Amino acid sequence: MPQMTLIDALRQGMDEELARDPRVFITGEDVGVRGGVFRATQGLYEKYGGNRVVDSPLAELSIVGVGIGAALAGLRPICEIQFADFIHPAFNQIVNEAAKFYYRSDGQWRVPLVIRSPYGGGISGGLYHSQSVEAFFAHCPGLKIVIPSTPYDAKGLFKSAVRDPNPVLFFEPKKGYRAIKGDVPDDDYTVPIGPARIAREGRDLSVFAYGMMAYYTSIAAEKVAREDGIDAEVIDLRTLLPLDKETILSSVKKTAKALIVYEDNRTMGYGAEVAALLADEAFEYLDAPIKRLAGLDIPAVPYSHAMQERFMPNPDTIAAAIRDLASY
Amino acid sequence: MPTNVTMPQLGESVVEGTISKWLKQEGDAVQAFEPLLEVSTDKVDTEIPAPADGVLLKIHVPEGETVEHGTLLAVIGQVGEVLPETDEPVEPDSRAHLQRASNEAKNGSQPAPHNGKTEYTGHVTPVVARMAVEHKLDLAQITGSGRDGRITKKDVEAYLEAEPQIAVAEAETSAADPWETPGSGDLFKPTVDYGSENDTEPAQDHAPLPTAPTPQRIHPVESIPDAAAGELITLSPMRKAIAEHMVRSKLQISPHVTTVFEIDLAAVLAHREANKAAFAKQGVNLTLTAYFVTASVAALHAIPMLNAQWTDDGIYLHHVINVGLAVAIDDGLIVPVIKRAGDLNLLGIARTVNDLAVRARNKQLKPDEVKDGTFTITNHGVSGSLFATPIINQPQVGILGIGVLEKRVKVITDANGSDSLAIRPCVYLTLTFDHRVVDGATGDGFMLTLKQRLEGWT
Repeated sequence: MPQMTLIDALRQGMDEELARDPRVFITGEDVGVRGGVFRATQGLYEKYGGNRVVDSPLAELSIVGVGIGAALAGLRPICEIQFADFIHPAFNQIVNEAAKFYYRSDGQWRVPLVIRSPYGGGISGGLYHSQSVEAFFAHCPGLKIVIPSTPYDAKGLFKSAVRDPNPVLFFEPKKGYRAIKGDVPDDDYTVPIGPARIAREGRDLSVFAYGMMAYYTSIAAEKVAREDGIDAEVIDLRTLLPLDKETILSSVKKTAKALIVYEDNRTMGYGAEVAALLADEAFEYLDAPIKRLAGLDIPAVPYSHAMQERFMPNPDTIAAAIRDLASY
Repeated sequence: MPTNVTMPQLGESVVEGTISKWLKQEGDAVQAFEPLLEVSTDKVDTEIPAPADGVLLKIHVPEGETVEHGTLLAVIGQVGEVLPETDEPVEPDSRAHLQRASNEAKNGSQPAPHNGKTEYTGHVTPVVARMAVEHKLDLAQITGSGRDGRITKKDVEAYLEAEPQIAVAEAETSAADPWETPGSGDLFKPTVDYGSENDTEPAQDHAPLPTAPTPQRIHPVESIPDAAAGELITLSPMRKAIAEHMVRSKLQISPHVTTVFEIDLAAVLAHREANKAAFAKQGVNLTLTAYFVTASVAALHAIPMLNAQWTDDGIYLHHVINVGLAVAIDDGLIVPVIKRAGDLNLLGIARTVNDLAVRARNKQLKPDEVKDGTFTITNHGVSGSLFATPIINQPQVGILGIGVLEKRVKVITDANGSDSLAIRPCVYLTLTFDHRVVDGATGDGFMLTLKQRLEGWT
C-alpha cells in the first residue's frame, strides 16, 4: 500500500471525487492555477479545467455563498477557505444559511456543501494563520465537523463529506500536512462521518484528541508506555459533530480516567463538551478528575517560535499530563 | 561566592547527558549566558550556557563522560578565588560512586513529585465508592497506591482479585437481603420514588398553597379522645405515599382475589446447595429469592395475562418482564425492579438481586430503578407468615407472596401407588390478582406453572 502524506491523501480524495461525479467542483482562493497555497489542489486545474477548479475572489463570504447557491442548484461544491482564520467573514453564510436550510425548509432543500480549511498552529504562521475555529461551529446544530489526523482518514472522511447530503466543515491540521504519513489505498473507499477511532487501546487512562493533537497524543502514548509502563488508550475523535458519545463513554468506563487534548484556547473549547459529557454520563465510573490540556487563553497563537511552542501542547507536555493523571 | 554548573534535565524523560565538548577551559573568563559546554543526549544535542559571570575555576567532568542530571559539572568563581580544599579531587573510578551518593542525598532531601499537596483526606472517587458498595467492602482494609495514598480503582480491583473469598464470605455473613428480613408489619411494598430527600418534604410539592381550599381532613388530631395520652408520629413522605397507594389499590381500583399453592422446595434447595459455591466464586450470593424470581419469569412467559395492566381501552400486555421485589427498609418499604428479568438466567438474576439489595439497604437506588415494574414479589415468610394476601402494586395485576419455608409431614405416593409419610421442605405461595383482568383459572394456571418449575428444578 502506498505511503502518503496527509495532504497527498487529501488531494487524491479530491481528484477521485472530481472524476467520479461531474457535479463536484472546487472553488477558493488560488485553488486553480496556483494549486492552493499549500498545494492541496495542485494539478487538478490542469486535469479538470477552470470550470471544475475555480479561482475565487478574495472574499470568503462569497466563496461560501456561491457554494450554498450551487449546492441548492444541484451541484456538489468543495469550498476552500485558505486558512481557517479567514472563515469568519463567511460565518453568517455557514451558520445562518448552510446549517439551517434543511431545517427551515422542512427537509425540502439540502445544502450538500463541503468547506475545507487548514487550521491550527505550529508553523509559525502568527495571528492570522494559526487559529483553531472548530468550537465556534461545533455549537451550531445542522453542521457536521470533521478533522482527520491520518492520511487514511483524510481521504476516506473527505470522500464521505463530499457525498454527504448536508454541509460538512472539513478542518485539516496544516502542521500535519506533510509531517503525518501513512498507508493510503488507491481504492475508492470511504470512512464514515461519526464514529471515533481508537488509535491505541489501553487500560490505564483515556486520552481524547483530534487533528494534530491526536497525532501528538499517539506519540506521547508510546513514549509513556515505553518509559513509564503507562498504558494509555488514545481516541481520535475525528468527527466533532456529531460526537461519538458511545466510544467516549465506553472507553472511560473501562479506564476510569480521562484527559482531553486540544490546541484551541482552553476556555469554552471543544474539550469542555467532552468533559461535560463524561461528568454527566460516566460519573460513577471516574477514578480521577477529568483533565484538559489545551492552548493558552490568549488572543492568538504567537508568532515567536518560543512563544508558539509554549502555547501549543506537544508530545512532551501531553506525556507529562498523562503521567500526572496516571499517578492520581 | 562560587557558582556551581550542574547537568540540567534536558527533556521530560531525559535523565542523563554526555559532555561532548567544553567550550571554555579552566581559567577562562566566562560571561553569564555565554555557551560553556556542549551536551548530547539520546534526544538532543545542546549548548549549556554559563549561569554566572566570572572565571571557570574547575571542570569536574571531562569530555566523553555521561552523568545524571544534577551532577556537578564545573564551578565558576572570581579571579583568584580559591575553592575549599574539602572539594576532593574526583578520580574517574570513584566518580560513579560519588555521583550515586550525591544523587541519593538529593533524592533523600527532595520532596515527593507532588509536594505541596495535602495529606490524603480519605475522600474516594465515584468509581471507588460505587465498587465498595457493590462488593460490600470496608475501604479501610485496602491500601491505597494513588497520590497521597488515595485508593484507586486498581487498588480495589487488586483487592477483589486477591481476596474473592473474603468478599463473598463477608456478603454471606452480613445481614440477609432486606426482603428476607422481617418487615415492619407491612406486607405490601409500593413503588415510590425514593431519594435522599425522603426525610424532608419538598415544600413546593406538598405544602398547600395559601389560597387553596383546606382539604377535608378525615382523622384530624383533634378527633383523638385524649391527645395527651399518646404521641403523634408525623408522616414521612414515604408513609404518605404508602398509605395513598394502599387505599387507592385496594379500595378504589382492583378487586383483589387470592389463590394459595403449596410448593415442595426440595429440588430448589438441592440445586442451591450444589451451586452455591460456584456462584460465590463469581461474587454472587445465591439466594432463594433468585429462584422465585426466575420461576415467576417462566410462569409470566407461560401466562402473559399476569404481565399486564388494565386500561379503559383494553388489557395492555407488556412484552418486557420487569419484576419488582418488595424490600422493607427503615420506616417503610421500597420496590426495586429487576429490569428485563426475562433476559437473565439464574446467575444474572441472583447478581441483580444482590446488587439491588445492597443499594436498597444503603438508600442508593435511583428513581429509575423503582419504576416500570410489571409484576411484584413480596417475601412475607421471613417474618414467619404462612401465607398472606398482599395488596396489588398498581398498575400491575398480580403480586406473588412467599410464605415461610418450613418442614412439613407430607403423604407421598410412590410409583406403585403406595403411600408413606415424608418430611418435606414446603412453602405456601399466594398469588393475589386483579379479577378485572385475570380469572381464577388463569391465576391458578400461573401458579401451576410456577409450582412445576420450582418442584422440578434441575
